[in-house]
Amino acid sequence: MTLAEFFSCSLLAFGAPLAMFALTIANDPVRIIIMIAAAFGWLLSFLVSSLVWYAVVPLRSHLAFGMVFAVIIQEVFRYGMYRLLRKTEAGLKEISENHDIGTNKMEMAYVSGLGFGTMSGAFALVNVLADSVGPGTLGLYNGTEFFFVTSAAMTLCMILLNTFWSIIFFSGLDEKSHIKIVWVVGSHFFVSGLSLLNRNQFYAATILPSYIVLVATAVMAFKSAGGTGKSLMQTLSSGS
Amino acid sequence: MSDTGSDSEASATEHTALMDGHIAEARPDREIAERIARKRKSKSESQRNYGSVERREESGQGDNRDPGPSSSNPGVQMETQVEELELKYGARHVIKLFVPVTLCMLVVVATISSINFYSVKDVYLAYTPFHEESPYAVTKVWNALANSMILLSVIALMTVLLIVLYKKRCYKIIHGWLILSSLMLLFLFSYLYIEEALRAYNIPMDYITLVFVMWNFGVMGMIVIHWKGPLRMQQAYLIFIAALMALVFIKYLPEWTTWAVLAVISIWDLVAVLTPKGPLRILVETAQERNEPIFPALIYSSTVMYCMAAPGVAVGSAGGSGAPVQGEQRPRELRPLNPNGAQAAGGENRGGGGGTEGDGEGGFDAAWRARGGSPRRLRVDSTAPAHYTTRLDRPRPPPPPPTDAEDEKGVKLGLGDFIFYSVLVGKASSYGDWNTTLACFVAILIGLCLTLLLLAIFKKALPALPISITFGLIFYFATRCVVKPFADALAAEQVFI
Repeated sequence: MTLAEFFSCSLLAFGAPLAMFALTIANDPVRIIIMIAAAFGWLLSFLVSSLVWYAVVPLRSHLAFGMVFAVIIQEVFRYGMYRLLRKTEAGLKEISENHDIGTNKMEMAYVSGLGFGTMSGAFALVNVLADSVGPGTLGLYNGTEFFFVTSAAMTLCMILLNTFWSIIFFSGLDEKSHIKIVWVVGSHFFVSGLSLLNRNQFYAATILPSYIVLVATAVMAFKSAGGTGKSLMQTLSSGS
Repeated sequence: MSDTGSDSEASATEHTALMDGHIAEARPDREIAERIARKRKSKSESQRNYGSVERREESGQGDNRDPGPSSSNPGVQMETQVEELELKYGARHVIKLFVPVTLCMLVVVATISSINFYSVKDVYLAYTPFHEESPYAVTKVWNALANSMILLSVIALMTVLLIVLYKKRCYKIIHGWLILSSLMLLFLFSYLYIEEALRAYNIPMDYITLVFVMWNFGVMGMIVIHWKGPLRMQQAYLIFIAALMALVFIKYLPEWTTWAVLAVISIWDLVAVLTPKGPLRILVETAQERNEPIFPALIYSSTVMYCMAAPGVAVGSAGGSGAPVQGEQRPRELRPLNPNGAQAAGGENRGGGGGTEGDGEGGFDAAWRARGGSPRRLRVDSTAPAHYTTRLDRPRPPPPPPTDAEDEKGVKLGLGDFIFYSVLVGKASSYGDWNTTLACFVAILIGLCLTLLLLAIFKKALPALPISITFGLIFYFATRCVVKPFADALAAEQVFI
């Protein structure tokens, strides 16, 4: 029973990103490298935020404090990824056999966003998943039986959000559109802040708005990447 | 155990990288790139008459022995093409290294988390007399340092011994040593592994079946590693034996000693490969003087190595490695010290130029032999440095590789590098925290990426261990001490940042 829970939660959280990886990234070596580099960037940002949290000993139990700094530092590193990718674009073109790389400006944004998101989701969920296999589970004596599922659902939300945020962020920086950047940072704070309510198990109040933000962000990212309703219809109707 | 330890450790280190590096210097990339460019143009011809192409290339390349622009006329257009080609060997080969390194780590992590045997400390190697049984941290630290110094001196001693043997041309001894090492690894260690796996999963198996399975597994491994075989099979066996060696290290080294050994080995790798009087460098130079392939064993290669007996002779087996040429050259070749515990192999890997004999022992060398240069040509002439040969794939008549030029430049990495990467990640996972494991994994991959980038920039042999192990160690300790509590607190409250 716990094994079923393990598989269902892991696939819920990582199924969509895995599909995205397999379909769009796995074929191109440069994208894989960028994705791993972005994962590393997120790891660095998390390390810095942990240092901040660890250093301020009295506020350790108030996760809101740690969370605020984590969000700020993540966005700083997202900006860092933007600068790095824009600078090395020419170099990437050289080492790639795919000469079209870099023609779509949002390609690198998508890849780095997925890298960020996957690492963020992995760090959030992997230990929880390892525990879910174990002989015990939550909801019998203590805790809620929805713990694992809601964690997995929120993780999926965060992974996808990170992907879209990177796209919007990069396009906002390219076009110097402040609204986009404000939306990214603002919605990140909003979603993370909402998740603070999870400790009281108000899952409806945290998951639903997060997914609404996800859908809105997805639409915005789609528009930033140059998609229109028409092109979407075309893609869907043309088959594969 | 101790035997394996000694053998493996001795060879385990830097050889390959050093070897390759040196080789890479001798043969600038542009030669290869030019050859490939030329080959691309005359691909169909080459497929038809193999020998002549080679001869032609030979003559064409003859001038290119010294670095410098080879020809004037195609010079200019060649230049840009060469530049393109040189750089193009970047990303694909990085991925060709990522996949096996990831697989090796996966095997080790899966074993550590499911089979308890490898996390339990009962017996230790003879090389680590200080068992860290004191409760005081200071005692443990000096125990660890002393142990790692002893191990390092054993490795250095073995390396020097190897160099002496090589200089005195005692190839048979080295050859025998390697075969013995891989025999031990493929049979004894695999048997122990399968025994523990069966025990952990509570699966009964009779001895008859076990002997049958082990015999087939071992013999197949020996054939595929030391002779010819399908490339994937060879790669799989090499990954498996590297994982076995890593597990041996994880089990038989005391806790803090493992980390100290990792740090010390990286420094040794750096020193031995980059300093002019480093032992590995001497080995490479000697091999270059004699125009011989060096220690082909235990290097992971992503391409098949073909050998050609002589111009005009059909290319050897697809499987790579052994080809008729190999056969003749064999007595003169050095087999890489088989890592009897993979260690040896690992160590040797570096060196390996192996390539040629290739046996496909694939090695990855940070040196990125791919840049190696025109192996083929040399191969035909004499026992040219293996690496060269190994690196390039000749397009062969039967199934020509679709991406010709690119496939031609395979990538190699020493098995020792595999082993130590896996030791780091395996040890990190043995503490039970998956965040730490993941962090070390990503750090090592990024280190490997950076190493390859540096290789592309400097175009000389580089040790593959220092950067990755440094990143891995930093992230291991940082994640374990600082990130883990934060991540645990967040996950417990279900706060998502």
